[in-house]
Amino acid sequence: MYRYDDIDQQMLADRAAEFRAQCQRRLAGDISEEQFKPIRLMNGLYLQLHAYMLRIAIPYGSLTPAKLRMLAHVARTYDRGYGHFTTRCNLQLHWIKLRDAPDILDQLASVGLHAIQTSGNCIRNLTADPWAGAAADEVDDARVWAEVIRQWATFHPEFSFLPRKFKIAVTASETDRAAIRVYDIGLRLRRDDTGELAFQVLVGGGLGRTPYLGPVIRERLPARHLLSYLQAVLRAYNRFGRRDNLWKARIKVMVAQLGAEAFARQVEEEWEKTDKAAVDLPDEELARIRAAFAPIGFATLPPRSAAFEAAKRADPAFARFARHNVKPHKIPGYALVDVSLKTPGETPGDCSSAQMEAIADLAERYSLGEARNTYQQNLLLPHVRLDDVPEVWRALKAAGLGEPNIGLITDIIACPGLDYCALANARAIPIAQDIARRFADPALAEDVGPLDIKISGCINACGHHHVGAIGILGVDKKGEEYYQVTLGGAADDAAAVGQSLGPALSADKVAQAVEDLVGAYLRERQSGERFIDTFRRAGLAPFKEAVYADAH
Amino acid sequence: MPTLIRWREARAVLEEDPFTAVGDADPMPPGDVIISVKRFQAEGEQLLGEGRAVGVRVEAEESVEALAYDLPRLSLVALAFPKFKDGRAFSAARILRERLGFGGEVRAVGDVLLEQAKFMIRCGFDAFEPADGTGPAEWTAAGRRFRHVYQRASDGREPAFVERARAIVLYTGDHAEPARGRRRKTPEEAREGALAHGFGPAHRFPMALGGADAQGPI
Repeated sequence: MYRYDDIDQQMLADRAAEFRAQCQRRLAGDISEEQFKPIRLMNGLYLQLHAYMLRIAIPYGSLTPAKLRMLAHVARTYDRGYGHFTTRCNLQLHWIKLRDAPDILDQLASVGLHAIQTSGNCIRNLTADPWAGAAADEVDDARVWAEVIRQWATFHPEFSFLPRKFKIAVTASETDRAAIRVYDIGLRLRRDDTGELAFQVLVGGGLGRTPYLGPVIRERLPARHLLSYLQAVLRAYNRFGRRDNLWKARIKVMVAQLGAEAFARQVEEEWEKTDKAAVDLPDEELARIRAAFAPIGFATLPPRSAAFEAAKRADPAFARFARHNVKPHKIPGYALVDVSLKTPGETPGDCSSAQMEAIADLAERYSLGEARNTYQQNLLLPHVRLDDVPEVWRALKAAGLGEPNIGLITDIIACPGLDYCALANARAIPIAQDIARRFADPALAEDVGPLDIKISGCINACGHHHVGAIGILGVDKKGEEYYQVTLGGAADDAAAVGQSLGPALSADKVAQAVEDLVGAYLRERQSGERFIDTFRRAGLAPFKEAVYADAH
Repeated sequence: MPTLIRWREARAVLEEDPFTAVGDADPMPPGDVIISVKRFQAEGEQLLGEGRAVGVRVEAEESVEALAYDLPRLSLVALAFPKFKDGRAFSAARILRERLGFGGEVRAVGDVLLEQAKFMIRCGFDAFEPADGTGPAEWTAAGRRFRHVYQRASDGREPAFVERARAIVLYTGDHAEPARGRRRKTPEEAREGALAHGFGPAHRFPMALGGADAQGPI
């Protein structure tokens, strides 16, 4: 795994010192809150409904025991003993005091963590396939390229005042676990006909008020030219993207208005004029970063583990955990183990300091010192021996983290909503809790099968409701919280934006509506169909009927 | 005479500004002037013929490429920041320096704040009219705060990947160790080295003639 060298560490130290000086100017009254706002926003510090929120970056979701323990320490010392993992490889602390922020950043920097570019109209924290380095279908480790981009994007002098924020996701697999079609830039690494690594480049995806799936603007970009090509895309956007209207300022609007082909031509023209050698990393630097991610410490094991199989036979609860939370690893005898942050009744994505420490211990002992943060607001132990999975499960259960529900109806994505966020129109967390409680019986959730529910408390779509099989959007109707439901969204390879089910529902009707939708699915489904498959085959009608029948 | 901040040899200095900014409707004063692209197109020949130094102010929505033909005759290009958040001039400055080879003064005008200093200097700006009352001491500190940079830009600073290649750091995956016989630079040496080595190479910076919360989705 990439460890920050002296240069990387000094970048963090210099940034922390700069922010400390800026905070001192604010606390001393030398600058107003209005002047301070753009400064703190460049460092992930938001003023929310009740307090400051600090958004800490976890670049491409990669966590070590030391980083987890530091996050736990910071959450316990400066917040209320828990943090909120987001869909974008960030940890949010929602009860921060301004005077503590510089100390927090110093402590985070000591383990290579920071809040650089977690807000502001700049290139935001990078995300990547959480299975990178463990996925059987990857052509390379996506983290190598995410780290390449991270360094290039950090304090980029030209691209720190873009028309709007800018998000990049990287995968090196055909199976998309990083939602690359809903990103400003989505990158998929492949090997081309000649065996060379090349990126498929998607630009202009995004959610929010107007959701778009990003079109491909270049099928094959030689991987070594990644940075010069990114510069060309960002320069085209920085110069010609809309700045007249906040709601039309994302690159997705520019791409949609120009058309993908015309946008691609504009990028190619800029790229042709670019001195690529000045921008692209030399091979030695690529090799240095790549070497840092080289697999280390894997043992040679038989593909089948007698202990794992015996545990499944002996304990149906473990067998259920194995069915939903344990995934095949590219190295024989190893598995990926999902750690659910979605225990029914709890806040999706929340993790206490004690739980972070428990995961740190498990990562250290059983997962070659690694953990990951996934797009679904869960954590992942990427390199666990099958032999050890039963023990890991017992430890997770003891920490309240053993919910066997990955990809099931209770594995709900939800933004912080009106409980915390100044932008929200409605609460998201209590809706998620209501729904999850109704399906808290693991046997019921398992019978319903794969079904992702995504909830956003406002149109900004942090909960990615557009791409949920069931999407729920909170809106304000004359001062009351209402919820619009969409069906059929997906963020994977078959990405799609959900279709509206019908009139918005009041808060107390949402969980029942979900039950009705599930009821319709169970009646309609044909053998082997997931919820989304039934929807795609049968359309909206049976679902609409199930939810709104009483209204007729 | 009004003053402005100039970036010279890795520090900000306060200097007198010999130029007068002249609006399109203003009467033409004597001496060196900064005028709009439109006015330059109409009156540039005459002004240059009078032996004046002439600068052109380029608005954020205007293209610097349109000036390419005239650049050798211009003493300075002033790039406008209509708002602090409007970053188009950063691209314009890099294109002027790196693509069009402009060696005259590139001046930041408009909503120019200290917080942009480190980015502006990197993009090739070398003169600033701060709108926030900040002075040379603050601009020097802001321009020198970061010991390293990750990418090449217009300031000639050596990016991290070049520093690393020079130090021949052997990377084993867990430990970064200097190769035998080489010593890692101390932070102080690194800072001085970067600043001394990088800023203002003569071929690129000959002195000019005369001188929601926007917060939101994660």
